[in-house]
Amino acid sequence: MNPYGIALTLIVFYVFSEVHARRKAFYTNPVLLSIATIAAFLWFGGFSYDSYMESAGILKFLLGPAVVSLAVPVYRGLDTIKAYWKEITAGITVGGIVAILSAFYTAEVLGGSSNVLLSIAPKSVTTAIAIGISEKIGGIPALTAVLVILTGILGNAVGPELLNVFRVRDRVARGLAMGVTSHGLGTARILLEDEIAGGVSGLAMALNGVFTALVLPYLIKVL
Amino acid sequence: MNAYRGLAIIFGFYALGEFGSSVFNLSIPGSVLGMLFLLAALITGVVQLEWVENEAELFVKNMSVMFIPPGVGIILYISLLKSQLVPVVGALLVSFLVTLITTAKVVELLRGEGR
Repeated sequence: MNPYGIALTLIVFYVFSEVHARRKAFYTNPVLLSIATIAAFLWFGGFSYDSYMESAGILKFLLGPAVVSLAVPVYRGLDTIKAYWKEITAGITVGGIVAILSAFYTAEVLGGSSNVLLSIAPKSVTTAIAIGISEKIGGIPALTAVLVILTGILGNAVGPELLNVFRVRDRVARGLAMGVTSHGLGTARILLEDEIAGGVSGLAMALNGVFTALVLPYLIKVL
Repeated sequence: MNAYRGLAIIFGFYALGEFGSSVFNLSIPGSVLGMLFLLAALITGVVQLEWVENEAELFVKNMSVMFIPPGVGIILYISLLKSQLVPVVGALLVSFLVTLITTAKVVELLRGEGR
């Protein structure tokens, strides 16, 4: 096994994490910058994706146990879920389905091909779960990964400002909307604004991931 | 503190989830099923939180780096992306805005009525 893929990934990610630690902004997102840098390196250097993945694939494999581990934050949040169960149920059911349908139909109307529609449908869900869903329904997991991160960056960059424009003041509503729409990156941003909004957002992200994983594969068959 | 207990539980539930997903031919990813199994085990007390919390935290906190290798796969689809730029970017922006505002307004409505 060649070690260059995993070495390259860790070195590049370390460097951009340091950059992000020094300048926290949506445009210094270390995951997106790392993907772009490594993709450019492979593309212009004439290296194959397969040779890169021979060792970097280990990191992708670890997404499985990482998703299983999300059970711990959800378990810790059981009290919050009980306190806001109505809001969480309504927000995730409506938001989760609107996210899927609006992405799917907008792409379709604009002339998207079927593998693009399948790749963009799970884009509001946390990356690890979205990649798993994309694989299961026949989308392109790589495209899904990039779209999910871009969605997160959008939420991180302008989510709270948009909520202000639409005069959403309730902190539970703000948190749920951010978590359901733009997963971890949205949660990170709203957490800076308010602790309750942040906590609800983190739970909404995890629960919306589970909800979408349960619903989307069956919903897609009837679309 | 034995980290292997936590890792054994996490990987065990992952394997169980993958097994369940393939045996019953479910469209749900095995990892999500494994997470639901682990959550059920924590709630029922079959698994104690302190057996898995450190190892689970390690995975959850370091998830970001794991998105890079699948994301780099985008180079295999550059020509597809070029021809599909309008539907991709359009759907991304429209769906983001619609989802954010709809979710917020539904929850706000519910909160307002509750008081």
